Amino acid sequence: MAEMAANSQTPEVLFWVGCAGSFDERYKAVTQAFVKILNKVGVSFAVLGPEEACTGDPARRAGNEFLFQMQAVANIQVMNGYAVKKVVTACPHCFNTIKNEYPALGGNYEVIHHSEFLQQLINEGKVTLQGGGEFKGKKITFHDSCYLGRANGVYDAPREVIKALDVELVEMKRCRTKGLCCGAGGAQMFKEPEAGKKDINIERTEEALATGASTIAVGCPFCLTMMTDGVKNKNREADVQVVDLAELLAKDMGI
Amino acid sequence: MSILPQLAFVLILGVAGFILSKRIQFLRRNILLGKAETRNDQPENRWKAMFLVALGQQKMFKRWVPAFLHLLIYVGFLVINLEVLEFVLDGLLGTHRLFAPLLGGVYTVAINVFEFLAVAVLVSCVAFLVRRNVMKVERFTKPELKGWAALDANLILVIEIILMFAILTMNATDQILAGRGDAHYLVLGPLFFSSFLQPLFESLSTGALVALERVAWWFHIVGILAFAVYVTYSKHLHIFLAFPNTWYSNLKPKGEMVNMPEVTQEVNMMLGIPTETPAEAPAEIGRFGAKDINDLSWVNVLNAYSCTECGRCTSECPANLTGKKLSPRKIMMDVRDRAEEVGKSIDVGGPGLADGKSLLGDYISKEEINACTSCNGCVEACPINIDPLSIILQMRRYVAMEESGTPAQWNSMFQNMETSFSPWKFSPSDRFNWSEKVKEEEIK
Repeated sequence: MAEMAANSQTPEVLFWVGCAGSFDERYKAVTQAFVKILNKVGVSFAVLGPEEACTGDPARRAGNEFLFQMQAVANIQVMNGYAVKKVVTACPHCFNTIKNEYPALGGNYEVIHHSEFLQQLINEGKVTLQGGGEFKGKKITFHDSCYLGRANGVYDAPREVIKALDVELVEMKRCRTKGLCCGAGGAQMFKEPEAGKKDINIERTEEALATGASTIAVGCPFCLTMMTDGVKNKNREADVQVVDLAELLAKDMGI
Repeated sequence: MSILPQLAFVLILGVAGFILSKRIQFLRRNILLGKAETRNDQPENRWKAMFLVALGQQKMFKRWVPAFLHLLIYVGFLVINLEVLEFVLDGLLGTHRLFAPLLGGVYTVAINVFEFLAVAVLVSCVAFLVRRNVMKVERFTKPELKGWAALDANLILVIEIILMFAILTMNATDQILAGRGDAHYLVLGPLFFSSFLQPLFESLSTGALVALERVAWWFHIVGILAFAVYVTYSKHLHIFLAFPNTWYSNLKPKGEMVNMPEVTQEVNMMLGIPTETPAEAPAEIGRFGAKDINDLSWVNVLNAYSCTECGRCTSECPANLTGKKLSPRKIMMDVRDRAEEVGKSIDVGGPGLADGKSLLGDYISKEEINACTSCNGCVEACPINIDPLSIILQMRRYVAMEESGTPAQWNSMFQNMETSFSPWKFSPSDRFNWSEKVKEEEIK
């Protein structure tokens, strides 16, 4: 972003990478896949790079409002400094926070989740699909993220993206408004669960496996981690893969 | 005709009205123990929410079987209460079936409709008793539903069954008497359902029948008044509070947490950002987050009083499903119990909120609130838009900011965020490293 600003260029959209997108070894592949799609399609975009900080979502959900606002206000200063108008992100937690919670602190942007962005690209015919590739005819199930679905009512965009591929979309018993959380929201990602009889991600993975799908598609870095761990726990990593929507699409595009 | 029954009726009506008004004042005061919050924006959407969700039962139909049974009771309640108007007027004026001569044939149709609904309510109440006590549907067997909560639920169902029997008995005896030519009783058209009860009473003397008819009449009307008072002590309060509760729904996206402007002011000062409000501290700095009911919004307390403990929230809660202690329904029940405790204490000149107890600690534990994934499953599931998550998050704020009592792993996450602006311990300068692989591939 800094580079573009220095050359007085204004990108169409800011890609908010998020902490998992920047640092998580597995999830960096999602960032890369999404960027490759953007490059291929020729979208003018920028990232903040080292100027980006955590949105503060987990701090806020864990109760630390001070820390949340410190992060938020700093991010807003940076984004307002670059006169950012539109933000796209692959993380539903970042999406929810910037879209719904930054306005109260002076950050007003048009924020969309990458599932919606990808759906738009497909609808506008900007993405050339190869018609399946390695996913052709396979069963894929989509795991609804709480912060995308119930929190913000985005249920159709990810499904439209999957349907655009030549695959069979199968639904889990609990889906859409009734979708079961992966267990990571509300800052649970960053601590061990309380005592109980089962871990939430195992419960959810069992539901996903019960569909017989060979691919579990997700639209959230935390869900990706939790479902991947669940599949490993069930010793199914050889025949079931957990992938992000951007990875699905990038593979289909052959990039 | 003696005027005595009329006097007795007026007296009963007056006593019931007096007790009810006292109860309503008590409830209103308890709800307003919560903090002030203005939720009057978007009135058209609020009316819409009330119309669809409360009146229209929209969210009930996420589960068809209980929704259908509940709908029968609900319609029965609304429609049969039209007949109560006649009951009250008859009671005051000493008349009998005041509306019958006025409405003619329509009256018979109306009574048949009431009887049909009475039977439908009866059947539904029996089905609900079976679901609770025989089938033991899982959400009715959770620990928070032991004791009074279970008794309350069963009592309501049994009272409704008895009230419906009273209506049918009254109509059956009334028509036998009318058939015997007693001038006081009017012969109506055939009454389908109560006619099945008539053979039970045919052999009774006219005197006994009159007595039975009167007992059924009095039982029904006094029963309804007593029930109205009982409701104010019961989870059944939802029959009234569901309406304001849905009107005051949260209309914002469910993922949005309410901002704390008092924190924004301090953060801006720390970062040297000029604020619009004067920098001087407010006269009284409130608590950060919620420890007790007076820290919550009054809407949270209204939510608690509107809760009918159906447990749909708990049955969708990922934490509860996997055996954690958290139950969103218990959170709502705890808020109500604490509000009742404080309210009663204030009324007897006791210490009220300063009784050394608090919602968090004495009713709700940290283990419960820490288990929440903030997934909004409970909020989505609630048939009348109650928001348990809002209460949980306010209590987490109290624990984090007033007690510094968050779990150690969260404290490490806080530390990482403070020092490296990420919940994980990575150097901020490495944020762009992912791009190297993309660049490499593009060069190829």
